[in-house]
Amino acid sequence: MKNNRRRFLQGITAGGGALFFSVPASASNSAEYFPGWPDRVGLLMDLSLCIGCRKCEEACKAANQLPPLRTPLEDLSIFERERRTDAENYTVVNRYANPQPDRPPVYVKEQCMHCEEPACASACLVGALSKSPEGAVIYNKNICLGCRYCMIACPFNIPAYEYFNPTSPQVRKCTLCHERISRQETPACAKICPNEAITFGKKSELIDLAREKIRNHPGKYQNHLYGVSEAGGTSWLYLSELPFERLGFPADLGTKPFPEFTRGFLSMVPAVFVIWPALLGGLYAFTQSRKRPETAEQRNQANQSNPA
Amino acid sequence: MSAWILERVCNGVPPRTYLRQLITPFNLAAGLIVLLGCPFLVWRYLQGLGVVTHASNDQPWGLFLAWGLFSGVPLASTGFLLASAVYLFGMKHYYPLLRPAVLTGFIGYFFAVVYLLVDLGMPWRLPYPMIRSFGTGSVMFLVAWHVALYLSTQFVEFCPAIFEWLGADRFRRWALRVTIGATIFGVILSTLHQSALGALFLLAPGKLHPLWYSPYLPLLFFISSIFAGLSMVIVESALVSRYLPQRVGLKSLQSLDPLTLGLGKGAALALVTYFAMKWIALAHGHHWALLNTGYGWWFLVEVFGFVLVPSFLFLAGVRKENARLVRWTAVFTIVGVIANRFTVSMFAFNWKLPHREFFYWKELIIVASIVAIEVLTYRWIVNRLPVHKEHPRYPGAH
Ligand code: SF4
Ligand code: SF4
Repeated sequence: MKNNRRRFLQGITAGGGALFFSVPASASNSAEYFPGWPDRVGLLMDLSLCIGCRKCEEACKAANQLPPLRTPLEDLSIFERERRTDAENYTVVNRYANPQPDRPPVYVKEQCMHCEEPACASACLVGALSKSPEGAVIYNKNICLGCRYCMIACPFNIPAYEYFNPTSPQVRKCTLCHERISRQETPACAKICPNEAITFGKKSELIDLAREKIRNHPGKYQNHLYGVSEAGGTSWLYLSELPFERLGFPADLGTKPFPEFTRGFLSMVPAVFVIWPALLGGLYAFTQSRKRPETAEQRNQANQSNPA
Repeated sequence: MSAWILERVCNGVPPRTYLRQLITPFNLAAGLIVLLGCPFLVWRYLQGLGVVTHASNDQPWGLFLAWGLFSGVPLASTGFLLASAVYLFGMKHYYPLLRPAVLTGFIGYFFAVVYLLVDLGMPWRLPYPMIRSFGTGSVMFLVAWHVALYLSTQFVEFCPAIFEWLGADRFRRWALRVTIGATIFGVILSTLHQSALGALFLLAPGKLHPLWYSPYLPLLFFISSIFAGLSMVIVESALVSRYLPQRVGLKSLQSLDPLTLGLGKGAALALVTYFAMKWIALAHGHHWALLNTGYGWWFLVEVFGFVLVPSFLFLAGVRKENARLVRWTAVFTIVGVIANRFTVSMFAFNWKLPHREFFYWKELIIVASIVAIEVLTYRWIVNRLPVHKEHPRYPGAH
């Protein structure tokens, strides 16, 4: 019996270590720092040009086969409440009052930022969300379980859920018009914008363009291009005249890519699988040898004190 | 054959008598609660999660997970704790509590999965992370694998009791042989997924209130699972010996008080460690100023009221050899752990958002109904299987 036990112990120790070493080891790999694909696209939004017409919302719904707008474009009462994205609205435009009394309010279009190293993708336990080489963070509805951890993780509060779909509820969010991009087309929102507030292009070129705008209009813009480094960088970039924290942008994100926050924990996992069996096996061996009664008398005593 | 089954199901009494015995106030109340929840459950599967929850995109996790997963799993650490005490630390005198603890653990994990099946958008895809697609960079992936593996491990650990009940000698011997291996495997899995539940929130630094967000979250979750599990063993053994004394061996009944005191001592130690860790985590984040806010007061209530106070009470109970005090303190400690998990997964989450909804009353009804099923299942097993008392055919095996 004792021998058998020991043999099993060794087996499970080695087997467990091997089995688990492979899985979480690759886990830590996939959380490796990744500076982004070189030719990826992006969108630059100049908030000073947005007039709040919500045509982008309408175009987005059409491009993604979402139900049409519930509030018509002319109805400005929609701006009285700050909205967030939901399963029917991949993008929303919100209005923020301008602190300078004589200046017009500022409109902000909000949608998935398409992070370079998305929190949502590193949250997903089946890899249903992933960053494509072109730049879009895309969703695979065929494997998603509906755990909604991606929604917990997204620092911009973007992904939404089809709570009233009992059979195939999906996580819904902006797709960056991934299919149109693959066909060399412009995303619907950028294309429709009547005031050219949204520019679509290679991200590297957009950064240059935005910096040039800041330089050419001294004092006009904030000297900060939102999205270059936030949460490790995003595909959407924003230029603004007002400080971003006044416009509903999360201002405390830092520059660390979100997968880094769990990387330390995940890389500890294989170590536990190697160290624990050894430690616990040793402990077991130790307590066994300590407990082994020496003489018949002691054995008797031990048996008596052992509750059956 | 059918007589054999009937005998086991009816627990050795004639079926008619058995059915009559079933009608007790307790059973009626439990049955009513279960019935109450059923229409809501059906509704949820017919119309989607949104009809029984707030359907909030900001607060996607509600009561099902806060209760079933984040509170249920630490409270189910009983099996892992007692198994390591008995097998690894050689504390053989806790042996009478081992099987009850493994059963509590198994049922806790089993029902954590049940709550998940209610909460998941597409529950039938539950095995996907095991067989279809591997999100290896995700903490949730780790949780999924570990809960599945640990559930199986606990089942293996509980198998001897099942085979004794069924009288399957050969299987019983096989099952006994793998106990040590299963125990060690179980300890590893438990260490990791108890802490992984905390690590889930590491990904939401801006959303979880800084008083609770900390790189130490995994460690804090692990340590608190220790006193959670020990308290559960104390409470569970007290309840069973009080309400089902015929199912507990006489010897175990007599030795329960000293064992309770021992468990209380262990819980006190874990609580004190946790108390210290909480302050280390706070100091690490330099969030002292936040203590004088609403959240800060709740933090202090939690750390002093639900951690330091019970640790003193446990110690007092142990010193005065007052098992009753230890038992009530254990109840209090369990409440504290649940409060902590609710805080992290709901109350302190999204603390910056102006409007928040935590959970809907319909969720509460469904949870109550599942809890009733949990209790009934537990009692059904305890009433039949040699859990608290050794099987007459296998004396000394337990
Ligand atoms: S903004 Fe949110 S949903 Fe979009 S890629 Fe980033 S983490 Fe994912
Ligand atoms: S809800 Fe779907 S996409 Fe989001 S983390 Fe869960 S499985 Fe992945």
